[in-house]
Amino acid sequence: MQIPKRDAAVHNGDGSIEALIYLAQTSVVDLLALSPPGWGGNLLRGLMNSVLIAVGSFSIGIVIGIGGAFGKLYGGPVTKDLLGLYTTLVRAIPELVLILLLYFAGTDLINRLLEVLGYQRIDINGLVAGICVLGIVQGAYSTEVIRGAILSIPQGQIEAARAYGMSPGLMLRRVTLPAMLPFAIPGLANLWLIATKDTALLAIVGFNELTQETRTAASTTKAYFTFFLAAGALYLLLTLFSNVIIARVERWARRGVYMETH
Amino acid sequence: MSERAAGSVINASARASLWLQPHRIVLIAIGVALVICAALFMRWDWVKDYYWLALQGIWRTLWILAVTVVLGFMLAVPIGLVQVTGPRWLSWPAYWFCTVIRGTPLLLQLWFLYYGLGSLFPQYPWIRESFLWPYLRQAWPYAVLSLTLSYAAYEGEVMRGAFAGVARGQLETARAFGMSRWKVFRRIWLPQATYRALPTIAGETVLQLKATPLVATITVVDIYAVASRVRQTTFIVYEPLLLLAVVYLCITGILVFAFRKLEARIPNRLG
Repeated sequence: MQIPKRDAAVHNGDGSIEALIYLAQTSVVDLLALSPPGWGGNLLRGLMNSVLIAVGSFSIGIVIGIGGAFGKLYGGPVTKDLLGLYTTLVRAIPELVLILLLYFAGTDLINRLLEVLGYQRIDINGLVAGICVLGIVQGAYSTEVIRGAILSIPQGQIEAARAYGMSPGLMLRRVTLPAMLPFAIPGLANLWLIATKDTALLAIVGFNELTQETRTAASTTKAYFTFFLAAGALYLLLTLFSNVIIARVERWARRGVYMETH
Repeated sequence: MSERAAGSVINASARASLWLQPHRIVLIAIGVALVICAALFMRWDWVKDYYWLALQGIWRTLWILAVTVVLGFMLAVPIGLVQVTGPRWLSWPAYWFCTVIRGTPLLLQLWFLYYGLGSLFPQYPWIRESFLWPYLRQAWPYAVLSLTLSYAAYEGEVMRGAFAGVARGQLETARAFGMSRWKVFRRIWLPQATYRALPTIAGETVLQLKATPLVATITVVDIYAVASRVRQTTFIVYEPLLLLAVVYLCITGILVFAFRKLEARIPNRLG
């Protein structure tokens, strides 16, 4: 691609004044336009990726959380200790370090395993790796949230379910999970908001979610201010929209439950 | 008092026996074996070249943590207070400050301040000529600013709840004793709210520690940046990351321990 003369001056570094004039000429609307000369489409694609990662990792986190909570409450001593180790370690080490460790170690281990089993090495999709890594992080937090929620269920309800002769699986499905939901939802809602924001950390391993797309757009056009503001607005909209949904879900989960107000 | 002492003795012995259950001993043995394996079979020869840089990195991490927590808390108190008692023109901006900061990723805020504001500043000659310019050209003021704002927003929300949670009767009693409003705040309201919020503050401080490695992305050389540098120059992937995890674990452990000691000093009959 040929660089126009004015741009060449910008790239030389001595043309900061020209760069400013250039910036003033390309308006915010042009920069954020959805079609290719603008970068709006890229930002929205990044947002989609972020939401996808957040949904995926939050779901994995909840599955791990339910398993972990039951392991911690009803498991054997070794299970309890190992789960305690998992939640403590994950909650004490920065997500950034965990992402790097799990990202490198995880892909490395899977490839070595494949080689041992006689398969070819595979390139692990950044999206899948990101979802798994954040899911493991989320799992540690949701284990604690769900454990606390299960402990808040009035003991009589679980005893009654046992007295009816329910199998553990049926009891889980019919009593424990629905009864713990109102207690778990504030914590889980918080975790969802954390999940949406933690997706930004994947920018550091070079995954094209919203923050990384923003950075690319900003460093290409030099309009850092505009793009970071726009991305901030997108994240904020996501949070506010989530809050509305969360309020509805909470009302739904609490239907028919009498809860003492503190 | 003696009952309490006896209780703590029983507690201590019970705790010791908890650690010495058979499965715990096996787990500890496995853990020790793993550590010995790691020490023997992994590459640690880079440590002697980098330990000084690493110590400086740890120092910088701790320093950023301490400064941002203290400044953030000082900012969080008014933010929480005006939302409970302040006039609308103060409480409304405080509410939106908390919402916006808590609703966007810290990494984005950091990059917004560093790249966004940082790219605007040089355009104004009066900023370039001001005495602040030597600082504004460096990365750490942006790191400290964004971490402080983030901590202030999260902690402001906590303090709002804590201020609202202090029993009304206490404040009315203090007023009835003839204390001025400022004195009521200083002697009753703030201490009680802080006591209530202390467990949450401890949690937020650990979260703040976990947020500090983000500053490495804007060229502040904290311990995380040192580990990345080792990885990039020597191509050793796991060892620096593992050591980094251990460093953060230790700092977290110390923080949790310190806050637990602090909490134990608080009179536990709050009304």
